[in-house]
Amino acid sequence: MTDSKYFTTTKKGEIFELKAELNSDKKEKKKEAVKKVIASMTVGKDVSALFPDVVNCMQTDNLELKKLVYLYLMNYAKSQPDMAIMAVNTFVKDCEDPNPLIRALAVRTMGCIRVDKITEYLCEPLRKCLKDEDPYVRKTAAVCVAKLHDINAQLVEDQGFLDTLKDLISDSNPMVVANAVAALSEIAESHPSSNLLDLNPQSINKLLTALNECTEWGQIFILDCLANYTPKDDREAQSICERVTPRLSHANSAVVLSAVKVLMKFMEMLSKDLDYYGTLLKKLAPPLVTLLSAEPELQYVALRNINLIVQKRPEVLKHEMKVFFVKYNDPIYVKLEKLDIMIRLASQANIAQVLAELKEYATEVDVDFVRKAVRAIGRCAIKVEQSAERCVSTLLDLIQTKVNYVVQEAIVVIKDIFRKYPNKYESVIATLCENLDSLDEPEARAAMIWIVGEYAERIDNADELLESFLEGFHDESTQVQLQLLTAIVKLFLKKPTETQELVQQVLSLATQDSDNPDLRDRGYIYWRLLSTDPVAAKEVVLAEKPLISEETDLIEPTLLDELICYIGTLASVYHKPPSAFVEGGRGVVHKSLPPRTASSESTESPETAPAGAPPGEQLDAVPTQGDLLGDLLNLDLGPPVSGPPLAASAVQMGAVDLLGGGLDSLMGDEPEGIGAPSFVAPPAAAVPANLGAPMGSGLSDLFDLTSGVGTLSGSYVAPKAVWLPAMKAKGLEISGTFTRQAGTISMDLQLTNKALQVMTDFAIQFNRNSFGLAPAAPLQVHAPLSPTQTVEISLPLSTAGSVMKTEPLNSLQVAVKNNIDVFYFSTLYPLHILFVEDGKMDRQMFLATWKDIPNENEAQFQIRDCPLNAEAVSSRLQSSNIFTVARRNVEGQDMLYQSLKLTNGIWVLAELRIQPGNPSFTDLELSLKCRAPEVSQHVYQAYETILKN
Amino acid sequence: MLRGDARGRVPDWGGGHSGRSGRRRRRPCCRGDAGLSICRGFQTEKDSLRSLTVSTMIHSLFLINSSGDIFLEKHWKSVVSRSVCDYFFEAQERATEAENVPPVIPTPHHYLLSVYRHKIFFVAVIQTEVPPLFVIEFLHRVVDTFQDYFGVCSEPVIKDNVVVVYEVLEEMLDNGFPLATESNILKELIKPPTILRTVVNTITGSTNVGDQLPTGQLSVVPWRRTGVKYTNNEAYFDVIEEIDAIIDKSGSTITAEIQGVIDACVKLTGMPDLTLSFMNPRLLDDVSFHPCVRFKRWESERILSFIPPDGNFRLLSYHVSAQNLVAIPVYVKHNISFRDSSSLGRFEITVGPKQTMGKTIEGVTVTSQMPRGVLNMSLTPSQGTHTFDPVTKMLSWDVGKINPQKLPSLKGTMSLQAGASKPDENPTINLQFKIQQLAISGLKVNRLDMYGEKYKPFKGIKYMTKAGKFQVRT
Repeated sequence: MTDSKYFTTTKKGEIFELKAELNSDKKEKKKEAVKKVIASMTVGKDVSALFPDVVNCMQTDNLELKKLVYLYLMNYAKSQPDMAIMAVNTFVKDCEDPNPLIRALAVRTMGCIRVDKITEYLCEPLRKCLKDEDPYVRKTAAVCVAKLHDINAQLVEDQGFLDTLKDLISDSNPMVVANAVAALSEIAESHPSSNLLDLNPQSINKLLTALNECTEWGQIFILDCLANYTPKDDREAQSICERVTPRLSHANSAVVLSAVKVLMKFMEMLSKDLDYYGTLLKKLAPPLVTLLSAEPELQYVALRNINLIVQKRPEVLKHEMKVFFVKYNDPIYVKLEKLDIMIRLASQANIAQVLAELKEYATEVDVDFVRKAVRAIGRCAIKVEQSAERCVSTLLDLIQTKVNYVVQEAIVVIKDIFRKYPNKYESVIATLCENLDSLDEPEARAAMIWIVGEYAERIDNADELLESFLEGFHDESTQVQLQLLTAIVKLFLKKPTETQELVQQVLSLATQDSDNPDLRDRGYIYWRLLSTDPVAAKEVVLAEKPLISEETDLIEPTLLDELICYIGTLASVYHKPPSAFVEGGRGVVHKSLPPRTASSESTESPETAPAGAPPGEQLDAVPTQGDLLGDLLNLDLGPPVSGPPLAASAVQMGAVDLLGGGLDSLMGDEPEGIGAPSFVAPPAAAVPANLGAPMGSGLSDLFDLTSGVGTLSGSYVAPKAVWLPAMKAKGLEISGTFTRQAGTISMDLQLTNKALQVMTDFAIQFNRNSFGLAPAAPLQVHAPLSPTQTVEISLPLSTAGSVMKTEPLNSLQVAVKNNIDVFYFSTLYPLHILFVEDGKMDRQMFLATWKDIPNENEAQFQIRDCPLNAEAVSSRLQSSNIFTVARRNVEGQDMLYQSLKLTNGIWVLAELRIQPGNPSFTDLELSLKCRAPEVSQHVYQAYETILKN
Repeated sequence: MLRGDARGRVPDWGGGHSGRSGRRRRRPCCRGDAGLSICRGFQTEKDSLRSLTVSTMIHSLFLINSSGDIFLEKHWKSVVSRSVCDYFFEAQERATEAENVPPVIPTPHHYLLSVYRHKIFFVAVIQTEVPPLFVIEFLHRVVDTFQDYFGVCSEPVIKDNVVVVYEVLEEMLDNGFPLATESNILKELIKPPTILRTVVNTITGSTNVGDQLPTGQLSVVPWRRTGVKYTNNEAYFDVIEEIDAIIDKSGSTITAEIQGVIDACVKLTGMPDLTLSFMNPRLLDDVSFHPCVRFKRWESERILSFIPPDGNFRLLSYHVSAQNLVAIPVYVKHNISFRDSSSLGRFEITVGPKQTMGKTIEGVTVTSQMPRGVLNMSLTPSQGTHTFDPVTKMLSWDVGKINPQKLPSLKGTMSLQAGASKPDENPTINLQFKIQQLAISGLKVNRLDMYGEKYKPFKGIKYMTKAGKFQVRT
């Protein structure tokens, strides 16, 4: 006799029959009937019609029958809210039952019935149960609060259940504590701002005590809760770590991984010199390895997390390469993950072993896996230089197998190897060309075409090869078309005589016969380049390409840090912060590793891409600009590009020239480019007449005009703004402002290290700019900048640098180098830092000059809402080196005549109209006259900035 | 959100980026992205809006057999339509084999986390950011519990016991929080079915649901109930080690590691407090303990001190990794050759003992997935029986015991598809074996002592070594 008999009554009138049985007098028959109902429910049949009959069975002493009815109720109460009310009385009665099992069951079930009317009745029983003498009831009730909160959050708050729940954290029973933590965490998740889990050293201590005694599931809740705590110092962090470490030996993998999360996070706070730090690192490896002998599903999640851990702290698993070797009967999802980690751990020490394994994998059956293995070989070559040769020969062996997809993958990765080690392995090109016909995937075709174009001069029949592709031009994917276009142009530039026809053909195919705007645009650009200036075309198209960086596919450091805080969660499986996939903006809090104080989204630095500046010199720094030139150089690179080649030049500091020669030479092509680097423009010449472009009003956006207190002594100083967010500079955050004090301009910088490694070797350099601003001294960062540390530096500036008009006029492109990389950003400087101290003109001179400057050079502005009188205005302006030459009172209005001089000798004359007597009219009128009218806008902004702060 | 992620710039190459545009990354994010946008379209449905804010560990559970039928569903909160499983079926279809279905599948409103055991998929539906290991561990625990209750875990058995299954599931999880997952405690709440009990229940009308609060549940030793009584007091410990190894063509070891467990069957009266010590505890540097083990004493004295659960349980599992030089007890000599010209191939393998510490290797089976080009095999074993399935291309040879004087071998020819080129991949040989009375790592129990009770228990220790994933490449 088994339960399967309940499934057999499928004949007609089943419901009717069940109804009769449910109303039977015999207890046994009733129970059997309820079981039948439940059985139908489990397989998804709708038995909701029996609701009243089942509820009638609820009043019983038989616990099993009661449980079954409860099961039924939970399923169907929602669809029958009115009927469900009938059950309330029984629930309330059961909550008073002497048997704690029944009390708990009743409160638990009631919480699961998501009917508003019922929840009203739930409050009183729940309150009692939360204070029940029996811990089993209390722990059940704790969970019930979370359930109730989910149904009616307001009710829970009004009834004060949250406070009761908080009290339960101090309960004597560890299981109650664990459940209270779980419930609070769940509630807190929907109220990210609330301070529900107010963690302090005392409550942490309680949690750590409960951690040792509660069940495995409770341990997970507690550990996850601990992970949200930020210890006040490294000693507290260490003591928590010490108490969490034993959890690494737990049999439950979820406990282990949650413990790993806590340790990984708190380790951030420990000094690396500490003995304990090393001990902890050693302790992390074995449990992670053990996770890999668990069931495949667990392995998968573990591997995704190990992938993060290995990126963050490669030292943890560097000796454990072998455990990631793939077994042939691993599920495919495990295989692919293992492969990824193998590459991450590959180093010179183990590369031979890794390569032997990868070669083995490349002969397996599973296509996806084989492809990835082949790619992995390429990644090894790029990562470990010493192995490149061996990798290439392995790839050639694989090409010889003639297995179609292997050949194609191999060609794609060989192209990457060429990018990394140019002019080293071209001997293999012949072998590659043999396989030209078998390539049918766009990526492989495009790779092959790139190789042919790049090495066209060494391939005798390059033109024939490319021509053969050209025949089916319109059937190719865009990727291949673009590549073919570029390759043929390259070929033409290298062998112009024989390939003129070919290049004509491809240009007309791309521009006239194509509907694809990308292709058309690129075609036109090439065409124009080739027809106007073939030499320039050569320089652009055949320019030396930056090498691709070694480590590819890394997660961006700030994201990685965030993900480390989410070890063991879905975010860690998808390698995306929860905000990227948790629905409905349930107030996802961005987590960050402890020492990092600011949230990861700092304000974007104002990236005003100067339209006239040559694009592309900062491929990875200013992506918006990168596209155009990048495409022309056919550097459609996803991966990070190592900084532009460094070359020594102009600027008078001993530091390296960060902006590089490539930039200078490119600028040389610009017609407006200003020749000699040491050239300091004379006042008038600095602003050639043809540069009358409208000025951006970006300056005022840059400064927070309403807040921040400017120092009235000395020139106004804007509050520091973030110029380079950490996200864009591998953890280096730069904020700063400009000051002028006692005739010295300086750039006040604040460098914050938000990465995890120490930063050293700082240097700074400016691109040429309108006023020749340049660092007057090297960037002095005396000690290495350790993680989380911030230094403030005042960098004196001179205006003796080389001059090039920028757009907008006051934009400044800056390059900062440290031991990690070179970073670029651009910022706007307020013009008043350029107002010199001897800017007071004498009266006669003023009048003469005013008359002398033509009227079309006069610009009118309004400064709104500035309720200052003439004296205040005058003194305020004077502190910023705007001098009042004369003052007049005309018809109740104060007229101020003012002068100022810029560092490059440009005089600006101003007439400022103030209406002191009229409080409702607080606008000032400003007329500016200057021989270089394009500065007027910026002078006006300077006025506004000074007067309003 | 993921906007822009899928929209790659073309052409999408240039260097070292293999993974960037690769499948691995695209799969989860595109699905997620598409999913999210779909759900925005559907938000008119009031219920789904509501459900967005529901946060629960495990929302629902579906049991699906290998032919894709949902044969059981359990919801801990509101009912999730079984149509959510369509996403799972999609993934199932894409995967060539059941084992390859990814364990985490995103859908517009939910995530599906699954484990595959006993040819059944246990699919949990979750809605919020939860630790996936938590869910997967829990699912495995469900399977273990079913196995414990019913002896086997299979579709017919689950259907036969559907009400008990339902009651057990309800007891294991409350509102998505695990409630009682220790089989000891569960069995007190819901008694496992036995033929006798079923009959008695039918006659007397009594139930298989306990009406007492399980005593152990809230004590300091939640894993043990009080008032345990036995007439014969006995404690058995099985030290079982599995060797995972990859051996390359030439017979040298690429990786080898030992997964060991100590399973215990303790039937002792009262509240015994046991200590177990080892001759060579230093072997155990990577261990996972049952919650009953006092970690502090292990840290300080390297002995296991614990109050055992009643009945069967896993006391500890451990891992001895490659660095500690794992002994390889068997070797396989193989000669498998496909010739380009002829449609015949040669096949010959011999199995022999290597480092067995003088013990006999038994229960040896050799299996190998032959390449697709192999049509049939004509083989003669020196002992045991063999089969070759021409459809799945699976060769299996049940060898039995290895007699070191007369090594078992399997020889013969393979007929290959005429005209087809020689297969690219060489078959990997999978080995199963057992060695009684030996823990290959050399782990030895020193002594077992009992405190807290007066009687003298009967104690027994058994050792065994087995092959885990033991693979020989050819």
